[in-house]
Amino acid sequence: MTALLEVEALTAGYGSLAVLHDVAFAIGTGETVVMLGANGAGKTTTLRAICGMTWRRGRVVFDGRELASTSTQAIAAAGVAHVPQGRGTFNDFSVEENLMLGAYVRRDKADIARDIARWYEFFPRLGERRRQSAGSLSGGEQQMLAVARALMLRPRLLLLDEPSLGLAPLVTQELFARLRQLRGELDLTMLIVEQNANLALEFADRCHVLENGRLVLSGPAAEMRANDDVRRAYLGY
Amino acid sequence: MLLFFQQLIEGLMSGAIYASLALALVFSHRSTNVVNFAQGEMAMLSTFFAWQLIEWGLPVYAAMAASVVVSFVGGGILYVVFVKPIARAPALTVVTVLIGLFIALNSLGGFVWGYLNRAFPSPFAGWKVQWGALTLSGEFIGIAAVLLATLLVLFLVFEHTRLGLAMRAAAAAPEQSRLVGIPVEWMLLAGWGVAAALGAIAGVLIAPRLFVSPGMMLGVVIYAFAAATLGGFDSVLGAVIGGLVVGVAENMAATYVPWIGADLKVVVALVIIFATLLVRPSGLFGRTTVVRV
Repeated sequence: MTALLEVEALTAGYGSLAVLHDVAFAIGTGETVVMLGANGAGKTTTLRAICGMTWRRGRVVFDGRELASTSTQAIAAAGVAHVPQGRGTFNDFSVEENLMLGAYVRRDKADIARDIARWYEFFPRLGERRRQSAGSLSGGEQQMLAVARALMLRPRLLLLDEPSLGLAPLVTQELFARLRQLRGELDLTMLIVEQNANLALEFADRCHVLENGRLVLSGPAAEMRANDDVRRAYLGY
Repeated sequence: MLLFFQQLIEGLMSGAIYASLALALVFSHRSTNVVNFAQGEMAMLSTFFAWQLIEWGLPVYAAMAASVVVSFVGGGILYVVFVKPIARAPALTVVTVLIGLFIALNSLGGFVWGYLNRAFPSPFAGWKVQWGALTLSGEFIGIAAVLLATLLVLFLVFEHTRLGLAMRAAAAAPEQSRLVGIPVEWMLLAGWGVAAALGAIAGVLIAPRLFVSPGMMLGVVIYAFAAATLGGFDSVLGAVIGGLVVGVAENMAATYVPWIGADLKVVVALVIIFATLLVRPSGLFGRTTVVRV
């Protein structure tokens, strides 16, 4: 399996504060990787560093291309879609405008229209609410819209930051079922930060555990579920 | 009654000009979240530029169009040089820089063109429409037509093009916009360009009614501020309605309230600003923003 994303010796942070220290991992094409860790461990910062939203040292190589000095918008154009924590949508804009904004880096008008129709079919609630503002949707619908918006980019790598945050358990399950379906259809590579470790480990191929900005454990998700430390710290039994 | 209608039309005419300058304020505010105190002086320089082209023999319409285009570029340059570096600075820093810019641009106008009052030809002079006892001057129709055309263009660009959508998104949610690949800085630059172009339109519309001089916009920009405050600093519709209301209120007060007259009518603008800020700080059409701390 070739690596789609390679992170080497990544140190990143905000202002004078370094949050990540010397983090290294790789994500193979088609793989789903989950990032676990306590609050403040640097999970969100990892995603933000990949997208150039923090300062960073070290190497971030996406599809053979060095991204360390690339701007956020150019990284998006290269095929990395990022659904940030909690606010993955443009709330003042209609559902349809959100999807059009998601396709900003694409020029193929007819194809964009086809994709919008496709996501309306895939997420029927969005189709029903296409003229409503994103801010008026329910939490679950907003998260579906955030995912659809990210997919409008036709990404090769999808970064999801705590997609289950603030969602009811049933809605979370539906969201992950949808993501599973998408992964099969689109050959997507995903990097997910998730509080719901049980769900995430079931969903992912590999897992990394961050502690105080350092990667302390890595391995196949199935093994990690059996790991006593992980079980005690994140799975709660 | 005829006096009333003539004053109403007169008021709407000033109001349309205030509206275009208020629109400029709204666009610079929406794109970069600053209140551009130098907007009037930018418009003054645009007007001088148009005047200079006319002096050099260019037709009035061509000079106006050239001024709008050059102002767009100039607004973008001012954004890059003065506004972008202080994007994250505290409010007081921003206010200080913009007031400094106001003074600097005002002096620049005087330095280049001097402090004499220059006459600016009206592009709409010489024709009028008689409607019963009511006379609609060519200027009124011209100004109304320019304002309507401007609004139409803004509406088409911002509601129906990919660029307009991206500009709105960059202004409303810069970080989120970067994540979908929008070059946010370019969009904000374009926002300032649009604001400067709108200011140029206001400047060349009002110039024939005043004179062109470095101080020409001082008395105008206060009404534009009143209009933008009344309508809401982030609302296009608000700026237009605010401008028209302020223009009419100013004229009516000067006509019907004897002690106000022509001298004190600027007080009307102040009263409107003050009352709006007391009663409804976000303006009639503005949205109340909730800041999460």
